[in-house]
Formats: sequence, C-alpha cells, structure tokens
Amino acid sequence: MKILILATLLFIAFNAQAQIDTTLLRRTTADTSKRKMNMDAIYNRPMLQSGKLPVSLGGYVEANYQHLGTDGISEGHQFQFRRLTLFVASTISSRIKFLSEIEFEPADKEISVEFAAVDVEFHPLFNLRGGMIVNPIGAFNQNHDGPKWEFTDRPISAEKMLPATWSNAGFGVYGKYYQNRWLLGYELYLTSGFDNTIIENEFNRTYLPAAKANAERFEESNNGEPLITAKVAVKNTRFGEIGFSYMGGIYNKYQEDGFKLDDKRRLDVFALDINTRISKTGTAFTGEYAWIFVNVPDTYSQQFGNKQHGGFLDIVQPLLKDNLLGWRNAVLNLACRLEYVDYNVGRFKETGENIGDEIWSIMPAISFRPNPQTVFRLNYRFQKQRDIFTNPAVNTAGFSFGISTYF
Amino acid sequence: MNKNHFAVIGLFLLLITIIISCQKLEPSAPAEDSILDGPVENLTSAQNIQHLAGDVGFNGQVFTAATGLGPVFVATSCGSCHAGDGKGHPFTTLTRFGKNDSLGRNEFDHGPQLQERALPGYAPEKLPVGTSFAKFTPPINSGLGFIELVSEDDILAMAAGNFNNPDGVRGHPNWSLLPTYIKIRPGSENQGNRYITRFGKKASTYNLLHQTILAYNQDMGIASSFDPSDVFTLLDTDPEISDKIVREVVFYLQTLKAPIQRDQHNSDVITGKDLFVQIGCESCHKQTLKTGISPVSALENKEFHPYTDLLVHDMGPGLDDGYTEGSAKTSEWRTAPLWGLGLAPKSQGGQFFLLHDGRARSIDEAIRMHGGEALVIKNRYNALQENEKQKVIKFLNSL
Ligand code: HEC
Ligand code: HEC
Repeated sequence: MKILILATLLFIAFNAQAQIDTTLLRRTTADTSKRKMNMDAIYNRPMLQSGKLPVSLGGYVEANYQHLGTDGISEGHQFQFRRLTLFVASTISSRIKFLSEIEFEPADKEISVEFAAVDVEFHPLFNLRGGMIVNPIGAFNQNHDGPKWEFTDRPISAEKMLPATWSNAGFGVYGKYYQNRWLLGYELYLTSGFDNTIIENEFNRTYLPAAKANAERFEESNNGEPLITAKVAVKNTRFGEIGFSYMGGIYNKYQEDGFKLDDKRRLDVFALDINTRISKTGTAFTGEYAWIFVNVPDTYSQQFGNKQHGGFLDIVQPLLKDNLLGWRNAVLNLACRLEYVDYNVGRFKETGENIGDEIWSIMPAISFRPNPQTVFRLNYRFQKQRDIFTNPAVNTAGFSFGISTYF
Repeated sequence: MNKNHFAVIGLFLLLITIIISCQKLEPSAPAEDSILDGPVENLTSAQNIQHLAGDVGFNGQVFTAATGLGPVFVATSCGSCHAGDGKGHPFTTLTRFGKNDSLGRNEFDHGPQLQERALPGYAPEKLPVGTSFAKFTPPINSGLGFIELVSEDDILAMAAGNFNNPDGVRGHPNWSLLPTYIKIRPGSENQGNRYITRFGKKASTYNLLHQTILAYNQDMGIASSFDPSDVFTLLDTDPEISDKIVREVVFYLQTLKAPIQRDQHNSDVITGKDLFVQIGCESCHKQTLKTGISPVSALENKEFHPYTDLLVHDMGPGLDDGYTEGSAKTSEWRTAPLWGLGLAPKSQGGQFFLLHDGRARSIDEAIRMHGGEALVIKNRYNALQENEKQKVIKFLNSL
C-alpha cells in the first residue's frame, strides 16, 4: 500500500515537472545570504518553481556504496539507497506559507512526513508554526539534508543518541532579530514526545531514537504531557553561529484511566551547536554536543543509563575551487569528522567503576561538489566501540562512497 | 585540460584503487585462541545455520516488557550476562537464597533466585532478612557441548578414583531432582528419583536445555512451554519464547568451540603445568575428559581439556555460604573448569572476578581461598617458591 502511495506521489511529482515547459522553471537556489541561521534550514532549500504557480517543489536523494568490516568480519560490498525526500512548499497568501518534507526510506519500507507545517508571520520577531514540526534540538536535526554534508552517514550522536530526524505534531513560535552583524533567533515549541521505549527497548541501552517507532505520537500523546523544545541561537556574520537548545518533559506513561502506573519520569536534553569558518583558509567547523538526563527507576537495570552525552565535529577544508571538468565553481574538499558518544555515563553500583558503552569514530573524507547542491563523497571510517564492562573494543573500519543531491 | 582536471581525475582513480583494496583496510580478526565465542570446527552447513540462529537468540534477543521481560528479573538477555561467552562481572552476578528441603522445595515461595530488578512500576524482590544466600558470577559458556557429552560412568569413575586419596580429596556427583520437561538420557544413573547433574557452579542442572530454561525463567522472567511459570505471580502463563528459539539457543551452546590454550610451548608454561600436576591440583582439575556419541559428529568421541572432574567438593568454611542445590552440601562446589581462565579479563572489564561469586581478584587469590578437601594441596602451592608459583599462574593464564 505504502509503495503504491509513493509511486503515485512520485508519478505526480515527476509528471508535474514533465508537463511543464522547463524553460518556465525558475530555480530558487538556496539563499546562502548571511541572514540565514540553522533554524532556517527547513525553508532554505533549493526548489523549483513554475511561472506564477505558488507551489515550489524540491527534494534530495542519497545513495551509497559501502565496504565496512568489524574485527575481521567484512560486510562485503553494500549498495545502499538511503532515502529520497520530497519538499513541497507554497506561499498560501502573504505571510502564510506551508512546507512539507516527505521522506521515503526503502530499507524501512517507510514513507514518513518529516515536516509539514503552516507558518504565519506576524513580525520577524514573532511567527506561529503549527503542524508536524522538526524539534530544534542541536543543529543537525533541523539541518539534516544529505547534500549538505561531506559524509555518507549521519553523525552517530545525532542519529543514534539524539533521534534525528525527530519530528512531532505540535505548534509554537519563533522569531529573529538582527542588528548590524548580529542575528538572534529563538524557537519554542510544544509537541508530543517520547515514551517508555527509550528505556524499554531491544537496543539494551537508554536509546531516545527507539521512540521514533511509535507513530501513534502523531495522533495521541502517550501520556498527555507536552514535550517542550526551546532554542536560542546567536550568529555573527563574521564569526559564525552558536546555538543552545533544550528539549524535555515527562516521557513515561505514569497513569492510565486514572490508575497510577508509575511515578512521573522526566527526560531532559541540552545541546550546544556551533558553526564557524576561518575566512583566511576557508576551513569550516560544524559541531554539536548534547547531554541527556533520563529518570530511570533505581530498581531497573543499570544497562539503561540515566545520563548520556556525545557529539561530533566536522572540519571541512576546501582544496580547490575552480572550473573543474566543465563545472563552474566546483569545489574539492578535504574533511574529517570526529565523533564520540557515551551511552551510559555513570559507575556500577557493585564496583564503583566506570560503566562503558562508548563509541568513538574518526572519519576522514574527500568530497567533490560540482555545484553547491550536489556532493560526491568518499569516507573512511575508523570506529571503536566498548561494551558496558569496558572490555576490549570492537573495531569497525572501511570505506563508503556516496552521492547526494538536491533536485 | 588544465592541471586541476588531472587532480580530480587522479583523485577518482585513487578512490577506485582504494575501494578495490578495501578489505585490507578493515580491522583484522582477533586470533582464534584469544576469543571464546565461535563454533566448533567442522560443523556441517546445516549446523552452521542452526548455530547462527542460536547466536541471534543468545546475543541478539533483548527482552522488554513488550516481549515478556520480568516483571521482575535479573537481566535482559543471555548475552548481557555472558558477554562474548566469557565470564561475568559483579553487575551480572546473581543471588540465590533460602534452604531446600529433601524434596528440593525452597523455604521461600519466591526463591531460590533473587529477582533484584524490576520493570518501571514494579518493585523488585528483597532478600528475606537473616536468610543464607550465595552469589553466582556467570561462568564461561564455551565448550559446554563437550562437557554435556561426558558419560556418567566417567563421572562416577572420577569420584571412585578419589576413594583413598591421601591428600583428602573426595568429591561426588551432585544428585538432583529433575523438572518434568527433562528427557532423561537412556541408561542415566539414578539414586531414587535423583539424577547426576553437572552444569552450574553447584553442578545442579542436568543438561544444557535444563540450564537454558532456568536462565530464561529465573534470569529474565521469560516463561516457556517447558516452564510456563511466571516469576512474579508464580502462576502458569503463556509462553514468551518459542520452543524453536529455545532449541536453537541450546544448539548454539552445544556447538561453541572449546577454549584454545595459548603459549603451550613456552618453557615457563610447561614447568608451571608440571608443578600443577605434581602438587595435586589435577586431583580435582582433571585435564582431559572425553565425549561419547553425539548426533553432531564434530563433538563425537573427542578428547578435550576442561580441567574439571564435574564433581562437587567440600571447599571448607571459607567458601561455605550456607546455600545449596541438589545433594551438594553448602560448602560443596563443582570443580571450576579452568579452560579459558586467562581470557577472563577480556570479558570481566580487564580484571579477574574468580570463584563462584567473583570474590577472588587474581588467580593467586583464588588458589589461596581453596580449603576443605583442597587444603593439603593448597598448602603445597603456598609452599612453592615465588618463581614456581608464578609459573603455575603463567600456565593457568595460558588456558
Ligand atoms: C543474570 C545474568 C545471566 C543471564 C541473563 C543468563 N545467565 Fe547463564 N549463567 C549466569 C550465572 C550466574 C551462571 C552460573 C549459575 C549457576 O552456577 O548455577 C550461569 C550459568 C549458565 C550456564 C552453565 C555454564 C556451566 O559452566 O555450567 C549456561 C549454559 C548458561 N548460563 C546459559 C545461559 C543462557 C542460554 C541464557 C539465556 C537464556 C543465560 N545463561 C542467561 C548468569 C546469567
Ligand atoms: C578438592 C578439589 C580441588 C583441588 C585439589 C583444587 N581445586 Fe581449584 N577449584 C576447586 C573448586 C571446587 C573450585 C570452585 C570454587 C568456587 O567456585 O568457589 C576451584 C576453583 C579454582 C580456581 C578459580 C577458577 C575460576 O574460574 O573461578 C582456580 C584458579 C583454581 N581452582 C586453581 C587450582 C590450583 C592451582 C590448584 C592446585 C594448587 C587447585 N585449584 C586445586 C576444586 C579444587
């Protein structure tokens, strides 16, 4: 059934284009002006618009080849079609716009609406947003489009500690203020949220992404408690941007039909994100670090930690910016991603010693961008993972090569 | 073409070369003798398929409330306690308590195993005040298929062999009552309704199916068609695991390879082994046992080297915790197999937690805690020169 829907969607999407005289298409390339912040990533995408039609279309694809091995066991040649995402945006009337992002991940046989919200602008400082919202925790969650990154995989801390892409039904307000070189942005949303699976799951660890499997959250909150997400970011057009974000609320189902099931248990997440560029060398730094605090019952297993933290730092150095192989403004980058996650911060009650469950990864990369919307990337991952007892690490390493592009 | 074109083309050629040489840049496998998991050699492909399925059940299946965990439990998967099929850690050490009567009934309803953890919303069990208890640290799970195939005649012969042991070593098989789901092997020895049991630190389970069903039920609160009782209500409930998965997990255990000795040609190791035998450690820690017939030909009629006699021995007051199982006395413990001993730190977080409850923090300490039937022999070890002791330990570390 899902396949059918997708096929229809694709058909409409492509036909819509096919029937239009392409000379009428206007490419609204992403606005890279310095007025944009991470919070604008959702709208700040290249889209196609036809004539005076109020609707613009866009999307991106991501596909990879991967050859990874773990302690002598190779996965062999893996060909992956990670995802296809379609954006549909429209300006309904002045100051009312709509944008949706529909993602198809064939491996999960899943079509999901990642974002579908109506924005009403009252004042640059005050806008309303309602619908399916991408919670602004850290910067990656809102800024997750494949073609933006030099790496085929999403950061571990963003996807396997924080639950990128994490979106929920809800509403809230956002706004921006600028003066000279400074921009200040804020977002505040109330949405549906997490559930008991973050500590009752088959990953055998506290795992926020486990809550993504519960699609019911789009219809009915598991406990009737809102998840609050708030973010403040400051940008200086010369130095870069720094963001502080918070997401939290009661995650567990503590009562049903008036019967008490458990105490109320909270989840609190704090994140810090930065991006900056050294103008002299063009070196770009993008990073994010998050701290998670979960109220896990004392009498539950220590396998499920009550604290986690982790993050990533991407360093991207353009090597060549030139007319390459006939592409004007093509760029060749050298990059490296450093990652770390401690899934279980704490000490064993029995021994007082550190609980492990940690992962490190270093990923050098070469990427080639024939234009800003398209990236070819070659990554070599070297990763170490230790179990909760801090036994000798399991080593994983190998190459991936991928292409990702907006269309 | 300018030189930039060459650069780009060059890079992509490099890329292709790298991809072709891929596998060389991936981490190599650890040496076979440095890990405990992995199947015995020469399984048929059908047996490999079954072993892999059991591996998934053992290591991959993590139970949750939704799949039957608890509501009171000790851990969430077999693999959580038996990481890499190696020895466990104080965090995975479990507690058993109470006293059993002659019919094997525990004085407490909720026994013998303490369900010390609970799902959110439930309270875990507390140890009844003043009762005796013992702690059990998970043992190595490798090579158990060989141990399962040692004939009862051989076990009885080892007990009989100690009849007049001048060092005071005795030992006997543990005779236990069996649950009804156990299919007794044809010709199995019995004393009334009690049978020879061999697995566990008190040697209180009959075979790997028995141990597995107990683990599902008592360690994770998973009811099966074999033992449908619920740990919380003590009433029968629906199976939470299929018979098929249980059988696959049992097959997985049966076909785990025997731990492989390292450095056996090292001269210190050879001297250490000679000393080990000379001072009488082998009276209990029997080097070589053999299997009988088996449907798995890779296990059939094989000699193997577990360093145990599968008997329980009185280890003296120091190791008497006042808790027991089967016909073993409270001070009696099954001779711990010593194979894989040197690999213990690889699954115990870089340290040693030895003896039944992990109280010994080094091999030397484990030996010095021997008493009872092992007293005379332990004293001989104590009387060795320091460098001789080191050689014994080096030998034990090579196992
Ligand atoms: C709470 C941690 C824990 C879990 C979970 C657990 N085990 Fe164990 N296992 C132990 C301990 C402790 C022992 C020693 C028990 C004893 O001596 O009676 C043991 C003993 C064993 C033995 C006997 C080894 C020997 O040398 O005699 C086998 C086999 C075994 N477990 C298999 C399993 C299987 C299969 C599962 C999952 C169905 C499992 N275990 C789950 C802790 C655990
Ligand atoms: C009377 C029988 C007996 C003799 C003799 C004996 N042992 Fe043991 N050994 C045992 C038993 C029983 C255990 C397990 C005790 C427990 O679990 O608390 C054990 C445990 C051990 C352990 C710890 C193994 C582990 O995995 O925790 C080591 C090491 C050991 N013995 C070495 C020796 C050495 C060396 C000698 C000779 C000096 C020796 N033993 C003599 C019965 C014996």
